Amino acid sequence: MTSDQPVGDRFRQFRDRVDGGGQPSGGPGGEGAVSRRRGGRRGGEELRVPEAEFVSYYGRPIIKPPVWKWDIAAYLFTGGLAAGSSLLAAGGQLTGRPALRRAGRVTALAAIGASTAFLIRDLGRPERFHHMLRVAKPTSPMSMGTWILAAFGPAAGVAAVAEAAPLLPAGGLLGLGGRVLPPIGRVAGLAAAATAPALATYTGVLLADTAVPSWHEAYPELPVVVAGSALASGAGVGLIAAPAEQAGPARRMALAGAALEVGAASRMESRLGLLAEPYRTGRPGTLLRAGRVLTAAGTVGALAGRRSRVLSVVSGAALLAGSLATRFGVFHAGLASARDPKYTVVPQRERLGRRPKTTAVAAD
Amino acid sequence: MTPDPNSLYGPLDPAPEAGWSQAPPRMGFFTDTSVCIGCKACEVACKEWNDVPTSGLDLLGMSYDNTGALTANSWRHVAFVEQPRPAGHRTPPFAGNPTDGSVSPASAAVAAGTGNPTGTDPGVPPGDPDAAARMAAGPEFLGMPGSQPPGRTGTADGRSDFRWLMMSDVCKHCTHAACLDVCPTGALFRTEFGTVVVQEDICNGCGYCIPACPYGVIDQRKGDGRAWKCTLCYDRIGAGKTPACAQACPTESIQYGPLEELRERAAARVATLHERGVPEARLYGHDPDDGVGGDGAFFLLLDEPEVYGLPPDPVVTTRDLPKMWKRAGLAALAMAAAAVAAFVGGSS
Repeated sequence: MTSDQPVGDRFRQFRDRVDGGGQPSGGPGGEGAVSRRRGGRRGGEELRVPEAEFVSYYGRPIIKPPVWKWDIAAYLFTGGLAAGSSLLAAGGQLTGRPALRRAGRVTALAAIGASTAFLIRDLGRPERFHHMLRVAKPTSPMSMGTWILAAFGPAAGVAAVAEAAPLLPAGGLLGLGGRVLPPIGRVAGLAAAATAPALATYTGVLLADTAVPSWHEAYPELPVVVAGSALASGAGVGLIAAPAEQAGPARRMALAGAALEVGAASRMESRLGLLAEPYRTGRPGTLLRAGRVLTAAGTVGALAGRRSRVLSVVSGAALLAGSLATRFGVFHAGLASARDPKYTVVPQRERLGRRPKTTAVAAD
Repeated sequence: MTPDPNSLYGPLDPAPEAGWSQAPPRMGFFTDTSVCIGCKACEVACKEWNDVPTSGLDLLGMSYDNTGALTANSWRHVAFVEQPRPAGHRTPPFAGNPTDGSVSPASAAVAAGTGNPTGTDPGVPPGDPDAAARMAAGPEFLGMPGSQPPGRTGTADGRSDFRWLMMSDVCKHCTHAACLDVCPTGALFRTEFGTVVVQEDICNGCGYCIPACPYGVIDQRKGDGRAWKCTLCYDRIGAGKTPACAQACPTESIQYGPLEELRERAAARVATLHERGVPEARLYGHDPDDGVGGDGAFFLLLDEPEVYGLPPDPVVTTRDLPKMWKRAGLAALAMAAAAVAAFVGGSS
């Protein structure tokens, strides 16, 4: 396995590190020395939760972190974007705002196309993607998501294609297409919008239905966070694409999305205790804070910039970036909570401590 | 067929629930760690029989365990714990006893970062150095490692006692298996013996089973892309044979048989050990009322489960799935309502 290295090289490296190679716990020392360093290592972060002592198997994680790569975090964003923009498109369609309709439909198709590509790319066996269609299992959020995607994708696709109708010539077969497409597009656009809320919110269940502590315990709030984030990103598309006189609903949608997202996320973080730590610290903490700032700034800008086209576009971009940062933040917070055995052991120990000791007696 | 009210959580006989009529009795493993000698014959026999690829030959530096964890390329994993421990009346220190462990807190902290080219993902992920140092320090930290080689102090004061814990870990074949519940292709299925097996011709490597497992058992093989784990030797037990690991175990630490019978045997073994003055002996995963409805492969342990890298109170994630879908439904309604309000309310 390591035939390219000289014999004993790995051991020598190991010994050098034990002999004080500047590792966090490199020096000889017991618990006192270790816990002092523990405080220093995470310096700068203010933790409301006291450091928990726990027993582990040589510090190794108990559960396996997800093997999903960045594509899945990106999908969380594009899936939500597709859902949000198809709702925007349907609203534009029903209230006579063609700019919102057009931008929403085209974005929905692009985003759902990207989603499908991300999802297939992340598979260990991409050529077997169609095995997802063998079964429909309510116990598998991924299976349900596959079918939601299978309903949404074609509808969003047809709706977007219908936007090409004005480009077709008036006469002949293509002209017939030009006349038939708009009504088909209207039906498809409404069908896509009807599926959109499911598409946006099931990803909350997808993450929560795992043993990953900070995702699982967040199951009451995660669907709301992703729904809000989807609305905000859809609104961002409307703000970028629509002229000021049509963008009113997008502004209100941005406000509603931001309120849902930030409200649910802050409730989640205050409720989770120790398991909120991955959402606050390290890279996921930075991403989530950035997401919150961008979403808030985008919303304020959207509401303030009613007459300024430039401010609307900037606000829309901020909303999109905020949604993206939030998705990556939630994704990486889950990975962090799976990688540290503390988040698996401490809450389970607390749960056992609260339970009456019947099982212990039964074992005796 | 109406689903069992316990189909997601609670005591259940999994094979009939999965649709098997006239299923044979549920089969499983009882791994008695009190007689495990850490020989790793189970690991080898499993690899031989199931043609499991190599999982790296490097030393992890944390203990005599160089496998590290259950992975797609290690379907049995012998955990090995060495800790200094205050001398009790039960195991008095002998003259030749080493004065310190093979692993000091400092070296364990460094070893937490070691890995092996297991050829799997996530394989054996690095651990927390501080937790590893605490672990190697033992149940009670006895001071700094001596500067002398083991057993060289010459006085009784300088000697310390230590303990070795060995456990052959394996897929638990849960009554409520999260991996199976969340599998979107149907690649994971429940056999007539109540075990959980991946169909390698169906699995498309979506990876959902990997974070779903509360024990961190199932893992993805690199290059191959699919998820792999213990099958409880589905091919062997179907032919009336004993699984390879149990067959190879020289101390009958790994026992295979009908689960009912194993549970009785395990209860008797715990009673015997308590009688003989091993009060720390306890069963793990035997209880049909636990968070996963009881394990098809359960254990007799000599300390808390987390010492062996097992979760102290695992719960199948799908227990909460109905509540999750309800929450998602409410969130979807809120989202639709917000979109409608955005277009209906307001003037511009």
